[in-house]
Amino acid sequence: MNLKTRKILDRAFAGSGVFSILLMTAALVVLLAPMLIRGWSAIYFVATVEHRQLMLERFERGNPERVAAEINAAIAARAPLYRMIAAFEKQLETCDPENRKRYAPPLRELKKALHSLLGPAPGAIRPMLMRDQYGQMRWDRALVKLRNVLYREAWDYSDPTRGGIKSLKPRAAEFAGTPVEPLFAYLENNLDKMLLPRRTLYWQFLTDNSFDSHFFGGIWPEILGTFYLAVGAMLFAIPLGLIAAIYLTEYARETRLIGILRTCISTLAGVPSIVFGLFGLAFFINTLKVSSSKSVLAGALTLALMILPTLIRASEEAIRAVPHTYKEAALSLGAGRWHTVMSVILPAALPGILTGIVISMGRAAGETAPIIFTAAVSVGKPLALWQVFSQPTPALSWNIYNLATEHEAVDAIRHVQYGLVLTLVALVLVLNLAAIFLRARVSKHLKG
Amino acid sequence: MNLVNITMPNRPAIRNGNGPTPTDRTHVAFDCFSVFYRANQAVKDVAFDIPAGYVTAIIGPSGCGKSTILRAINRMNDLVPGCHVKGELLFDGQNVYDPDVDVVMLRRRVGMVFQKPNPFPKSIFDNVAYGPKLHSRLNQSELAEIVERSLVDAALWDEVKDRLGDNALSLSGGQQQRLCIARVLAVDPEILLMDEPTSALDPRATLRIENLIAELRGRYTIIIVTHNMQQAARVSDFTAFMYEGVLIEFGLTKEIFTKPKNKQTDDYITGRFG
Repeated sequence: MNLKTRKILDRAFAGSGVFSILLMTAALVVLLAPMLIRGWSAIYFVATVEHRQLMLERFERGNPERVAAEINAAIAARAPLYRMIAAFEKQLETCDPENRKRYAPPLRELKKALHSLLGPAPGAIRPMLMRDQYGQMRWDRALVKLRNVLYREAWDYSDPTRGGIKSLKPRAAEFAGTPVEPLFAYLENNLDKMLLPRRTLYWQFLTDNSFDSHFFGGIWPEILGTFYLAVGAMLFAIPLGLIAAIYLTEYARETRLIGILRTCISTLAGVPSIVFGLFGLAFFINTLKVSSSKSVLAGALTLALMILPTLIRASEEAIRAVPHTYKEAALSLGAGRWHTVMSVILPAALPGILTGIVISMGRAAGETAPIIFTAAVSVGKPLALWQVFSQPTPALSWNIYNLATEHEAVDAIRHVQYGLVLTLVALVLVLNLAAIFLRARVSKHLKG
Repeated sequence: MNLVNITMPNRPAIRNGNGPTPTDRTHVAFDCFSVFYRANQAVKDVAFDIPAGYVTAIIGPSGCGKSTILRAINRMNDLVPGCHVKGELLFDGQNVYDPDVDVVMLRRRVGMVFQKPNPFPKSIFDNVAYGPKLHSRLNQSELAEIVERSLVDAALWDEVKDRLGDNALSLSGGQQQRLCIARVLAVDPEILLMDEPTSALDPRATLRIENLIAELRGRYTIIIVTHNMQQAARVSDFTAFMYEGVLIEFGLTKEIFTKPKNKQTDDYITGRFG
């Protein structure tokens, strides 16, 4: 191969390397940017007066006089709406039954749509569910609900080959000639006066309990649950993993049994996490009965089992990477095997072991499948430390899945779901950065 | 079987020993001693006596078993899987391969300096204090005293006395090797085994180590394995020449290097092979 060909080959290789790295960076940006923007909207958003009212009533946050003044202003702005409806209802009472029959259902629908936009009408009975007691908290959701007030969805099934066709019919047309007709224009033009939107930083999203299955409040129980599960898993996995790794590298002779054991550990690392989840249910809960049903303890044990192979592998590699000369030096000075491990080998292997630990912890924090059967519930209070032995907990990973699929109003709480995703990603990112930082620090310390 | 019987040569006088004078005592004795790595015999029926207080050099071409025999003395060979021995290796009359020998105690009495400087990634102080801390409970001032004495003995004290807290890996290669010697001296051994201690060092650092060996001579029994024949000639009182696991010749260094009895020794020393 001549010089020219070699140069072309080198350039081609370097070029494709740069290209693939750029491609990955682009993919990462495309992936992370929406996550960041949407997740951030759970914390920083345009909030309505309803949000401030909720904050005052449930969390005693904000200036009571100012919020009361705002509520009064909003009520004043809304009053014409309800006056129009009341006038129309009064008219209906006296009109002929045919007209009443014609207008009653659309009016009922209108009142329902208005309720979900602005909350209960003045003087109405206080609804049972918390989500019905308030209007829209977020301006973006309010605009969606406004559309529901202004337009009615109509489905046209006349063409059997195309299925149903959706169209939006203005409600104003339905009420043409009635006292309610001007309501729609008034609502559209004065919605901001009725809801008083204002940019709000709701950082307590991270530390608030959730109310009414995530319709209101924050994600503190999920964050705490994930913390308990990840830390609990590490409490079990670190000692076991380290002891196993030390045994395998420093004590075990290379017998056939040890070879089989190593293969088993590698195989365990590849077992799907859902299998670990089922095993945890069958073994920790049904057989060992560590708790009467799902609990943080059972979940942490299952997660520990799942990350153990990775942890053993990482620690083993780290211990093997310690220069043989350190061990020789310690032994030649008359140190016993145990003392050599503790005073020389483990400190030198620490950067690698720490990296393994932090990365495993990130994995434990993010796993969903193992905790479905063993620890996770979709709604719950934050647990006190002593409750972890018997109580299940919400967790970031599980609630992302839950809010995206199983929640009764997926659309209404999208922002919570995005907030959960951002929190989880940030958590794992921080753990990984911590691993890099720790590694650099400890390595520097070792190299002098 | 190539059995070599070697009688003890006459002992030369110690020239500059500043410690206890060596006696005619035999410190380490090999008797029909063999080392095997699995089926491969690395040392073959070696028999010779190493006198106390002198410097004994073991020379020979690569793979002749000289390092193996050195590492047999403090049983570092135990670390190698499949390594086993035959015959006797007596240290102060006691076979070091007896089942009831405490290896930890043996290694405390038989210090070792390795081919490549291998300080721990700890501070200079902690490196030297590692051994003493292992073997006895000492308070900080006793420990500091041992560390200073060991560093002085290893001719390193003046260079590092102001930075004992620095990481040992920040020292130069030669300083690291002297630190390793200080670390061994701190446990107060009777024998110093040196496995090509200068092969990773430049000539200046080599010279300092050689001077150090001359200073330590008399206070410790020193056994040094070396590739460098000039070094063996400079620092040792006795020389053992090994070839393919067999001890070819053992005698006074000046005799081995001036009028070797064996043809192979002569060939090796004059550089005709090896």
